Amino acid sequence: MTIEPKPGKSLINIKADFPILGREVHPGVKLTYLDSAATSQKPLCVIEAMDHYYRWINANIHRGVHTLAEESTAQYESARERIAHFIGASVKEEVIFTRNTTESINLVSNSWGRQNLKNGDLVILTEMEHHSNLVPWHILAAEKNLRLEFIEVTPQGELDLNSYQALLQQNPKLVAFSHMSNVLGTINPAAEIIRMAKKVGALTLVDAAQSVPHIPVNVNELDADFMAFSAHKMLGPTGIGVLWGKKALLSSMPPFLGGGDMIKKVHLRSFTPNDLPHKFEAGTPAIAEVIGFGAAIDYLTAIGMDTIARHEKELIQYALRELASVEGVRVVGPESDKKGGVASFVLDGVHPHDVAQILDSDGIAVRAGHHCAMPLHEKFNLPATTRASFYLYNTTEDVDKLVQGLKKVKRYFE
Amino acid sequence: MDDLYREIIIERYKNPAYRGELDPHDISFEDENPLCGDHIKIDLRVDNNDMITEAAFSGHGCAISQASADLLLEYVIGKSVDEIKKMKKEALLDLLGIELGPVRLKCALLPLKIIKAGIYGLGESNDALLDEEV
Repeated sequence: MTIEPKPGKSLINIKADFPILGREVHPGVKLTYLDSAATSQKPLCVIEAMDHYYRWINANIHRGVHTLAEESTAQYESARERIAHFIGASVKEEVIFTRNTTESINLVSNSWGRQNLKNGDLVILTEMEHHSNLVPWHILAAEKNLRLEFIEVTPQGELDLNSYQALLQQNPKLVAFSHMSNVLGTINPAAEIIRMAKKVGALTLVDAAQSVPHIPVNVNELDADFMAFSAHKMLGPTGIGVLWGKKALLSSMPPFLGGGDMIKKVHLRSFTPNDLPHKFEAGTPAIAEVIGFGAAIDYLTAIGMDTIARHEKELIQYALRELASVEGVRVVGPESDKKGGVASFVLDGVHPHDVAQILDSDGIAVRAGHHCAMPLHEKFNLPATTRASFYLYNTTEDVDKLVQGLKKVKRYFE
Repeated sequence: MDDLYREIIIERYKNPAYRGELDPHDISFEDENPLCGDHIKIDLRVDNNDMITEAAFSGHGCAISQASADLLLEYVIGKSVDEIKKMKKEALLDLLGIELGPVRLKCALLPLKIIKAGIYGLGESNDALLDEEV
């Protein structure tokens, strides 16, 4: 069986757990990975869990009584249980497996949204949303003639709760917002936003793609109605994500995709949907990925989300201080006390694409562009930014390399 | 890296010869690379013999896209509209003189897509414009 990390695992020498962090990206140039907000790297235990599944267990789940099918089902459902526990869900049936955060939000807009929203209804979003929490609502708004309004973002990169308060007076049906901005790094006051929404009877959906991987998140404490996140941003594989929802709510919703596994009975002209969570998991799911996701959860749990959040807080404080020392660099978003490990910046006179390209020559992987948040870039009047994002395996040496790299960029463009 | 950021690229990016706008113009078209945020507008003046007499570009973007626009405009001035209709992407890449991966290739070729879409009077540009006449 695969190696499981022990509780209390420390962050010292943690890079050794991630095979890819040892690779050279150019001859003699090691990788410095600063793009975890796009996707995180995977520890060996995750890779091995998936490898082990395919070598020894591979079988379809929830049907078949042979040994492999039993083992496969048990591992799949065990992962669901650990994920539910990880986010503080009351029951594991509230954890629905999807492909990713995007699909989770689309599930809500298609199932709950189609059933409950009608002509003229208001959905509140924010100006800092990722396209994944904008476009599903654009699509539904066009179909149902919904109103979309947006909580404003202040020049400091925080949500303006006064503008939110004003919108709440207009009888919204849903407030869907990002817990942590993938561009600004801002950690939004989710509990307060949800509390305010509840006062006016609106449901809430938290896009937790950037928060669940980096800070402790407990759905019961937040008291949200829906929460969406992806495995691949939290050490797990691509192709698997979660929609968490309150059981009563999920039970009342119609199915999203139809097919095998989501049914109890099928007749030629009708079907009876299955119970939760299977009602929303049509067809053969990404079994190996779910098992890999479970291994990632075990790894994160062994280290502890408090430890990870603290480590990233120290890194972003250090990074903001060091970046400020490079002339011409301007970081967008709030001060380090209000954000996670994301530093998006512009460098005077050099386009982010050129910055990223020259950094790559030193093995430094950053993201350049609008990071799937075009409206936010428009708001700040920036065509694009360069983004360095941190995770548990990053160190102050990685920040130092970034700063050295930026000095090299400046030399090219002097 | 030194190959990609040849002196000519950096020089054209910092001191472009054809940056600006032409008003009035005979042809004007703009487009962008949504992925990276390069945005370029090209204005052209054409004489009675369909010869391009003046050209200017505006907008913003990475060094590769901006240098490519500047080199392209230098190339098209004095040529006929028909010649530019037939221009292939290889001709522009020769002017740049650099090897590009698939992502940066889009930056380099954006100006050619724009000028062709403008000349053909199309509502939008498309990648097919880079390879053939339409």
